[in-house]
Amino acid sequence: MNEEMIKTTVFERPKSLIDTDMHYCPGCGHGVAHRLITEVIDEMGIQGETIGVAPVGCSVFAYNYINVDFSEAAHGRASAVATGIKRVLPDKFVFSYQGDGDLAAIGTGETIHTCNRGENILIIFINNGIYGMTGGQMAPTTLENMKSTTTPFGRDASIMGYPLKITELVAALPGTYYVTRQSVHKPLNVRRAKKAIQKGFEYQKRNKGTCFVEIVSNCPSNWKMTPVESNKWLDKHMLDFYQLGDLKVPNEKEA
Amino acid sequence: MAKAKGDITIEIEKCKGCELCVEACPEDVIGMSTEVNQKGYLYAVKVVDACTGCTNCALVCPDAVITVFREVKQKKEQVATITNVTDNITVTVDK
Amino acid sequence: MKKLMKGNEALAEAAIRAGADAYFGYPITPQSEVLEYLSREAKRRTGMIVLQAESEVASINMVYGAAGTGKKVWTSSSSPGISLMQEGISYIASAELPCLIVNVQRGGPGLGTIQPAQADYFQAVKGGGHGDYHLIVLAPSTVQEMADFVKLSFELAFKYRNPVMILADGALGQMMEKVEFFEQEERKHIIYDWATTGKTKERDSNVITSLHIKPDKMEEINIHLQKKYKEIEENEIRYEEIMCDDADYIITAFGLVARICTKAAEMAREKGLKVGVFRPISLFPFPYEQIKSRSGNIKGILDVEMNAGQMVEDVKLAVNGKVPVEFFGRMGGMVPSPDEILEALENYIAGGKL
Repeated sequence: MNEEMIKTTVFERPKSLIDTDMHYCPGCGHGVAHRLITEVIDEMGIQGETIGVAPVGCSVFAYNYINVDFSEAAHGRASAVATGIKRVLPDKFVFSYQGDGDLAAIGTGETIHTCNRGENILIIFINNGIYGMTGGQMAPTTLENMKSTTTPFGRDASIMGYPLKITELVAALPGTYYVTRQSVHKPLNVRRAKKAIQKGFEYQKRNKGTCFVEIVSNCPSNWKMTPVESNKWLDKHMLDFYQLGDLKVPNEKEA
Repeated sequence: MAKAKGDITIEIEKCKGCELCVEACPEDVIGMSTEVNQKGYLYAVKVVDACTGCTNCALVCPDAVITVFREVKQKKEQVATITNVTDNITVTVDK
Repeated sequence: MKKLMKGNEALAEAAIRAGADAYFGYPITPQSEVLEYLSREAKRRTGMIVLQAESEVASINMVYGAAGTGKKVWTSSSSPGISLMQEGISYIASAELPCLIVNVQRGGPGLGTIQPAQADYFQAVKGGGHGDYHLIVLAPSTVQEMADFVKLSFELAFKYRNPVMILADGALGQMMEKVEFFEQEERKHIIYDWATTGKTKERDSNVITSLHIKPDKMEEINIHLQKKYKEIEENEIRYEEIMCDDADYIITAFGLVARICTKAAEMAREKGLKVGVFRPISLFPFPYEQIKSRSGNIKGILDVEMNAGQMVEDVKLAVNGKVPVEFFGRMGGMVPSPDEILEALENYIAGGKL
C-alpha cells in the first residue's frame, strides 16, 4: 500500500459569485457577506430557486455579483418587495439584503411590519453604523460619540437620538423565527456568519416566520481607517454595543 | 503530529490590498508586494512556504481572490505489474 | 349575470374574475370596500393573495415585487394614498412591470375630504412620480365600466408591460348600479422570460431594476419607453361621443362628470341649443386628434371637471386655438349639477365667450 500526497482545493470562489471585480472599497465586509450567500446557495443547490432583493446603498449592485434573479427595490422598501415576491412565489427562497439606512431609517416601517407578519423570507442586514454610498453621514445605528459627516463633533444623543438596535426590536416580534447578530471581521466570525445565513435559508422551508441575520460590518472609507484598523475598531467598539450572538432561535422540538 | 501542508494562489489583479489576509494568517505566509497591480493596489503575495491550508485568509478576503489547497494523503493500491513492455499500454480504472 | 353593486365592489369582483393573482392595499376612504370585499371573497374563489399592507408605500412596493415575477397584481387607493405611491409607480413604469393601480379620487389637496373629485388628472396623466414616463389611464363613468376596465387594464398592462391606472372617483366607488360581469377567467401561471421566477440553467439571471447608472444607457431606456408610449398613442385611444354630429357646442368631460354633462346637454337641446358631449375614456393616450376633428364644425367647447381645470389644458392643446374653450368646475369634493353646467354654458354664450 503506497501513499501519495495530492493537492486538493479546499477553498475557491463559489460558482454563484459572478467572476467580476466588485466595486466595494478595499476591505469592506459586503464582499465577504456576498460570498457567504453564494457559498450557501451553491451548497444547497438553490441558485435556480432563489430570488434576491437589492437595496439602495453601497450594495445596490448586488445583482451584478450574486448570480440569481434579483429585484432592485426603492430605498427602504426591500422587505415589502420581498413580501410581494414571496406571497406570489411561496416555493422560492426569497431574501432581502439591506444596509442600515435602508432597513433602519427609511425602511423601518416595512422592516417592522414584514417581521410582524412573519413573512417567510430571509432579511440580511449589513450594519456598519454609517451611510456608505452617500459619503459617510450618520446612520440610525451610528454609535454615540461616533463621528460622521453629519455628526462632525460626534453623535450627540440629545440631538440625534440613540443608536437603534433594530435587531432587538424585531426579535421581540412573534413573527420572527430566527434572529441573530454576526460579523465577518475574523475567520471564526466568518464561519459563524455563514452558518447563520445557511440557517436563514434552510428555515425558510419551514414557513415559520422571518429569519433576520444582522452582520456587523466595517466601513473603512467612511470610518477613515485602514481595513485592518477598521476591523479592530469594530471588534472593540461596535461589538461592545451590538453584541454578537443569537437573539432568537427556533424551538428545535417544533422543527 | 506534523502540520498540514497547504498552498494558496492569489489573483493579484483582483486584489485591492486591504491586508486582511495578512492579518488573518496564523503562519505569516502572506505579505504585501512592493509593486502595484493594474488597479494601482499593492497586492498580497506568499512570502514564505509555511501554509497549512487553514483557509483563514480566504475566509476574510472580501474579493474572493484566494484559492486554498491542502495536501492530503491519497492511498494507493497496486493493482497490476506490467513488464517487458515494448509498446504503449493504456489502462483505465473506473472511479 | 347582472348584479346591483357598488363601484368599489365591482372593481374587486372584476379583479377576481379577471384571474388576478394578488392585491396589496391599504384602507382609505372612499375605497376601503375594495380591500374588504377581496378579504371576504378572493381567497376562496380563486386563491388570489390579498394582503393589507402597513401603508400605501408598502403596498406599491409589494406590487412592484410581485409584478416583477410576471403575476397579475394590483392595488387601489385614493388621492393622498396615490401620492404616497408615486415613487413606486415611477419605479414600476421604468422597470416596465404590468400592473393595475386604481385611484378612487377624493377632494384635496392635502388630507382634503372624502367626497369625490377629479383633481388627480395631472398626477395621473402628466406624471405624478418623477421622470419621463406614462401610465395608461382609463376613466370609467359607470359601475359597469369600473368592472370592464379592470379586465381591459390587465390586458393592456401585459400587452405593453406598462402600469395602467383606472382613474375613478368616490361617487363611482360608492354608488350602486347594475353590472353585468364577464365570465371567470382561470388564474394563469405564465413564466415570462423577463420575470424573476428563479434563474434556470438555460438563461442568465433576470434583474428587475430601474437603475441604469450610465447616462447613455439611461437615455436608451428612455428612448425605448417613449417609443412604447408612441405605440400606445397610436393604438389605444378610447373615447365616446354623444350627440356630437350636429352640435354647435361640445362639452368635454371625463368619468362621472360626463354623465352629468350628458343630462345637461339633453336639457340644452330641449331649449333649442344643440349641445353634444365628448368623453375621453383613455386620458393617456388622450384623443387629441379626435377632439381636433370636431373643432372645425362647432362654435365652442365647455370643459367641465371636478377640479380647478386640468383636462381643459389638453382640450385646448387639441383644438390649438381653433375654437374658444371655456371651463366650469367644482372643487373640494363638490359635484356639479346639470343645471349649473347648463347655466355656465349659457352664461359663456351670453357673454360672448363661446
